[in-house]
Amino acid sequence: MPTFAEKALARAAGLLVAHAGDVLDITPNLTFSHDNSAAILRTFEQIGAPGIAYPERVAITFDHAVPAPTTMHAQNHADIRLFAGKHKLRLFEIGRGICHQVLSEEGLVAPGEVVFGADSHSTHFGWLGAFGMGVGRTEVAALWATGSLWLRVPESMRVTLTGKIPAGVTAKDISLALLGRLTVEGGQYRAVEFAGDTLSQIPLDDRPVLPNMMSEFGAMSAYMPPDEVVLAYIRARTSRDFTPIYPDADAHYTDDVTIDVSTLEPLVALPHLPDNIAPLSQVAGTVIQQAFIGTCTGGRYADLKAAADVVRGQTLRARLIVIPASAQVLKQALESGVLADLINAGAAISTPGCGPCMGNHMGVPASGEVTISTGSRNFKGRMGTPDAPVYLANAAVVAASAVAGRLINPEDIQS
Amino acid sequence: MITTHRVWVYGDNINTDVIFPGKYTYTLRNQDEIRSKALEDLDAGFAAAVQAGDVIVAGRNWGCGSSREQAVTSIKLCGVPAIIAGSFGGLYFRNCINQGIHPIVIPGLADLLQTGDTLEIDNEANVVRAAGQTWAIPPLPDSVRAILDSGGLLTMLQRRFAAGQ
Repeated sequence: MPTFAEKALARAAGLLVAHAGDVLDITPNLTFSHDNSAAILRTFEQIGAPGIAYPERVAITFDHAVPAPTTMHAQNHADIRLFAGKHKLRLFEIGRGICHQVLSEEGLVAPGEVVFGADSHSTHFGWLGAFGMGVGRTEVAALWATGSLWLRVPESMRVTLTGKIPAGVTAKDISLALLGRLTVEGGQYRAVEFAGDTLSQIPLDDRPVLPNMMSEFGAMSAYMPPDEVVLAYIRARTSRDFTPIYPDADAHYTDDVTIDVSTLEPLVALPHLPDNIAPLSQVAGTVIQQAFIGTCTGGRYADLKAAADVVRGQTLRARLIVIPASAQVLKQALESGVLADLINAGAAISTPGCGPCMGNHMGVPASGEVTISTGSRNFKGRMGTPDAPVYLANAAVVAASAVAGRLINPEDIQS
Repeated sequence: MITTHRVWVYGDNINTDVIFPGKYTYTLRNQDEIRSKALEDLDAGFAAAVQAGDVIVAGRNWGCGSSREQAVTSIKLCGVPAIIAGSFGGLYFRNCINQGIHPIVIPGLADLLQTGDTLEIDNEANVVRAAGQTWAIPPLPDSVRAILDSGGLLTMLQRRFAAGQ
């Protein structure tokens, strides 16, 4: 009867069974952090631990402010490099990309595993059939010191996707539809399990979007049952053994939600919450100054390709910033010609990383400027100033809006 | 012990970006600076006017969004001993426990109070008294309560390693 979360957390706690509500000591397969590792190492050094409990289970990526925009950021990076060298921790340098994308590409997270990251979008790893959860900085310091962390096993809810995905609709739109229906607290303190035949229709590159955006849904974690396509992806990237976990057919869910995707159209999240959803057709015409394609949610190759297909041969009326989620994404876009299409249209390309998503790095808007983004979060002030509204949409819609200078359906762009 | 607290009242879905803006997360180290940014994009007057012992009373889903710990520590540095909300973002709730600040779930209380009102927290009867009513403080699992009672996860671990465990 156990859910995925109950099975995965029991395994990571060394138990045969676990139940929702149990408070367990979890030993994750991987703990990761990013630029915040500078603050984490300062906390770690106050703990008094003799060393890192499992250095082979630790990864650090530089992604939130890369390359360093200020001396203070550079000093943080320098402190982290020194610490990682001393403790023999795996470190991914500036330019390698965003933690969730890089750790997926590197095969460091496999189906059935538990991964804790100092980043709320750690729900991302559900796309690989893993239990991914965000944790705080002190929690990562504790994980470095002891290898384990307390966790109350969450109740689970099931979201079943049915129907054929219409042209122009992506995993982003499906995520926004779920948020629009059940709000930003719809999955609060729960593990979301996706199910249904529609999942296998979602292109590989687009799959992480669903569990990634469940962070906005209030979920602690989110899971997609790994199919052959995902198993092949991970087997190509790691030689270690892993055992996928699937929920029992009669597992208990607090909520059982079904979304028929066949009736969806492209959606937009309006300021200032990701559950403030409108069909694109209702808000088309809203003037924008900046379009941003990037982030852990919307900066993969499929997003860049979708954008290139829209802007090829066009001129832009709004500025377009493109930040690939990783160096591999950038390289693929370079080799396929997608990057040239974007540059020829007038896009600005920046170093793989999180960019302006959280107002921390280059590409932030001015006061009063409106941004449309492929990111996941549009809270007030998110991109650096509270009077710069942010809209969220899929990559083709963001690119089309850059062409038109206003929100527009890509189908309405004249070729 | 029964303590009396002045309250700051806020609404639903108050997220970590307005509690502690992301642009400060990697550059502010000084505790006074971190404290001064508490609730900057929600209530610009809060950090200057809040007094030690005040508590926050909010609606549903307080602290949704990021895992950033300063959304808790900036408020703790203001001397706020507890946050009462209709519900909490999951990561925020964990961060509260780990920073030794008590997250108390009381649905609907924010609707009955205004900023500047007072309430009582009775740690013996385990209740909150406000607006002429009494609410039970939901119990925490023993192992979670132990972290809170230690003053947070860091203090608990410091004691554990100092004791050689």
